[in-house]
Amino acid sequence: MVITTTIPDHRAGELLHYTFASRYAGAPVPKFKMPEKSIPKEAAYQIINDELMLDGTPRLNLASFVTTWMEPECEKLMMASINKNYVDMDEYPVTTELQNRCVNMIAHLFNAPVGETETAVGVGTVGSSEAIMLAGLAFKRKWQAKRKSEGKPYDKPNIVTGANVQVCWEKFARYFEVELKEVKLSEGYYVMDPVKAVEMVDENTICVAAILGSTLTGEFENVKLLHELLTKKNEETGWDTPIHVDAASGGFIAPFLYPDLEWDFRLPLVKSINVSGHKYGLVYPGVGWVVWRTKEDLPDDLIFHINYLGSDQPTFTLNFSKGSSQIIAQYYQLIRLGFEGYKNIMENCMSNARVLKEGIEKMGRFDIVSKDVGVPLVAFSLKDSSKHTVFEISDSLRRFGWIVPAYTMAPDAQHIAVLRIVVREDFSRSLAERLIADIDKVVKELDTLPSRESTKAAHITATVEEKQHTEEEVLARWKRVLAAKRAGAC
Amino acid sequence: MVLSKAASESDVSVHSTFASRYVRTSLPRFKMSENSIPKEAAYQIINDELMLDGNPRLNLASFVTTWMEPECDKLIMASVNKNYVDMDEYPVTTELQNRCVNMIAHLFNAPLGESEAAVGVGTVGSSEAIMLAGLAFKRKWQNRRKAEGKPWDKPNIVTGANVQVCWEKFARYFEVELKEVKLREDYFVMDPAKAVEMVDENTICVAAILGSTLNGEFEDVKLLNDLLVEKNKETGWDTPIHVDAASGGFIAPFLNPELEWDFRLPLVKSINVSGHKYGLVYAGIGWVIWRSKEDLPEELIFHINYLGADQPTFTLNFSKGSSQVIAQYYQLIRLGFEGYRNIMENCRENMLVLKDGLEKTGRFNIVSKDDGVPLVAFSLKDNRRHDEFEVSDMLRRFGWIVPAYTMPPDAQHVTVLRVVIREDFSRTLAERLVCDIKKVLHELDTLPAKITAKLAINGEEADKNVTLVTKKSDLETQREITTVWRKFVMEKKKMNGVC
Repeated sequence: MVITTTIPDHRAGELLHYTFASRYAGAPVPKFKMPEKSIPKEAAYQIINDELMLDGTPRLNLASFVTTWMEPECEKLMMASINKNYVDMDEYPVTTELQNRCVNMIAHLFNAPVGETETAVGVGTVGSSEAIMLAGLAFKRKWQAKRKSEGKPYDKPNIVTGANVQVCWEKFARYFEVELKEVKLSEGYYVMDPVKAVEMVDENTICVAAILGSTLTGEFENVKLLHELLTKKNEETGWDTPIHVDAASGGFIAPFLYPDLEWDFRLPLVKSINVSGHKYGLVYPGVGWVVWRTKEDLPDDLIFHINYLGSDQPTFTLNFSKGSSQIIAQYYQLIRLGFEGYKNIMENCMSNARVLKEGIEKMGRFDIVSKDVGVPLVAFSLKDSSKHTVFEISDSLRRFGWIVPAYTMAPDAQHIAVLRIVVREDFSRSLAERLIADIDKVVKELDTLPSRESTKAAHITATVEEKQHTEEEVLARWKRVLAAKRAGAC
Repeated sequence: MVLSKAASESDVSVHSTFASRYVRTSLPRFKMSENSIPKEAAYQIINDELMLDGNPRLNLASFVTTWMEPECDKLIMASVNKNYVDMDEYPVTTELQNRCVNMIAHLFNAPLGESEAAVGVGTVGSSEAIMLAGLAFKRKWQNRRKAEGKPWDKPNIVTGANVQVCWEKFARYFEVELKEVKLREDYFVMDPAKAVEMVDENTICVAAILGSTLNGEFEDVKLLNDLLVEKNKETGWDTPIHVDAASGGFIAPFLNPELEWDFRLPLVKSINVSGHKYGLVYAGIGWVIWRSKEDLPEELIFHINYLGADQPTFTLNFSKGSSQVIAQYYQLIRLGFEGYRNIMENCRENMLVLKDGLEKTGRFNIVSKDDGVPLVAFSLKDNRRHDEFEVSDMLRRFGWIVPAYTMPPDAQHVTVLRVVIREDFSRTLAERLVCDIKKVLHELDTLPAKITAKLAINGEEADKNVTLVTKKSDLETQREITTVWRKFVMEKKKMNGVC
């Protein structure tokens, strides 16, 4: 009797195959056009997962302020709400309610003058960029309305900021046709000078924007001084120029570490504040908040009342449909941690930043550019950049897995280049100590290497020197090879 | 010997969440509380409140995707902590976005060379996409007017009154006038002839919609293009077209490939599509594609020194999650052309089943067309006693969320119910929905008409007949009481068998 064997269907059989044995691991990945055919989901998952292995590790990305770790309980909540379209307020009333609670809590954190059960005026956004655009739009519209009623020209609005602003202010200016008047920095002073800022204010200024937690050095700008000077100027001119505080990073730090620092709605000229939920709000990327002092500071004609899917919905955002996960995560953090939880985390961050700073100072090769008060980060420059630059250190650190960015300051301090390490919640002390050790290794290694051509071009160059350097380099390398051989390393 | 016991009173994590004090105290709503609470309690409390939200998959109001394969969920969760904008740190994620842009550009027949990179960007949704496209048109138009020495302070955009609210937002926030072509009964999309009539020298573009929100119809972009080409020849204004393909962009290429609506038409300069609608990705992703580099003014693009590397960017949002971009790429390579086509065909089939079921009841007019976005928009043949809003409310009791809304001007007297067929709305659900709608109609038939509904229809007469109405209300109240009592008695009779 012949035992027949059925040959399995070629395509069905492939699904039984081990992914890496299938043809999918051998075929090129579609890059320009959609492929004609479908592929099994396991293969799709594996292909993408594998390519993504070559991305940097988010938790070792010391360049970013944005949160890279949350508790598993919170991740569960996020995954469960990933298919909820946040804007369907009628369908998901609880999610909408959670957003409102977050707005209220954050408004109170910033000492907004709201009554006991009065609701705060604010909204959740995708990030501080959207928040700043909304706040800027509100200022622009208010100023235009005022100018129109005074019968004065309203076609040349401007905004006064420091040159250290994050790019989203420049975007706002360019896209919404507002002139950006930047107070230039100077060596040793890397934030906006309140005196110079107030000088620049004119009748077309829609607001002065101060930063609590400058991107470049983590410093808190002196909002109180700015406020005092601007109040005086307003008395003289009658222009009533308001202040906006970009507290993207600092908004979730100052209330816990420096509660006596007056920077928020305690200062009467501060009309709106934005903060990134996804920075020290301790939520994954994708959520920001903007809060206005009172209803009067948000012109009603900017608010849309729409007939969305059958019910009335007041909305003031740029984005419409978006996921609900981050809003729910923000609420989770606010009730899970409470005031004491946030305070403990910020204190830990500061203490780890201090450890890092001290370790870097001990090497004797760096100047610390960041201050002790501000966002927990360490910005440092090389005392001597003639042989090697911070950019080379940054590149070398990548080999160890660390992503530490190097960049030049904004005008007029472009000749200063710094490395910056941001200390987030998940950067523990052990990681700090390891980083110090690795920076030390990198610095010592660079000492043995000749300087790069580009660095030399900045200093005096001579072809003779180049030849000499090449010879020295060859010798140095050979010496090292011999040394390694003797040591027994393989 | 005394065996001492370590008191674990304060060790709340040992306690069952529902036995702890955290479920007894009121949740903070206005201010942050002083103290932390255990993570299990925080999770449980929030999870429980969220149970009272609608069920996303039964939300038939929305076009936005509510289900994805578990493999994709895994990828999404793994990349939730990647800040998309850190292009230098996450080069592969950035590369995946670029691949998606290229694939979608090719899907829309953008005139690209073999390995030429397309011009486009991923956004948080079609709102952002439309604002970027609109900004590009505005800037191009301004530059041209400045070069011609003509005034450039009154830009306008021509659209139909059926546009989604984001166009109105764009107009209001970016100070562009919105010139809307009014609808009329039986014609619920933008009339190309009227639109072209409205175009003047200040028009920055004409926006056509592929997949109108209200009834799913595809506007006739080809006709618009032909008429506008004619007008441009006469006027020399060179007015371009933008296609808002938020819903239709991932349907037309698969179900109606011969339909010319995309870059095959020369005046179409940019197209936006929602990845989170029929792109089959969770909420939070859209795409905008430009025809060529020339259609995106260089001055809008930012080259920034971000964390040490040069980064060209043209978006409104900056930091955001990477999950949806990766999910979009997953769908594009997982499904491929045939996969998307199969899914769209299934949606269309189920839409026809639903439509047939509703027509068979004999109580509804079908307002949506067969071609277009797979949805069924329907209104009551007779809405004098009960209107569509009441049907919508009653369906909620069964768990279904079916919205009812009035059409925009000049067709405000028409009210429709709309059911959107998404990928995860299977045939069994369609049949169940028809069944439940029949139940609702049956129940409404036994109830008296609402007073408010009558007042709305009798608009101006309401004032005159106020006394008449109050008299009626006595009668109505009596009738209502009798009906309710009758129902109560009948229920009791039914209940003898239950329990």
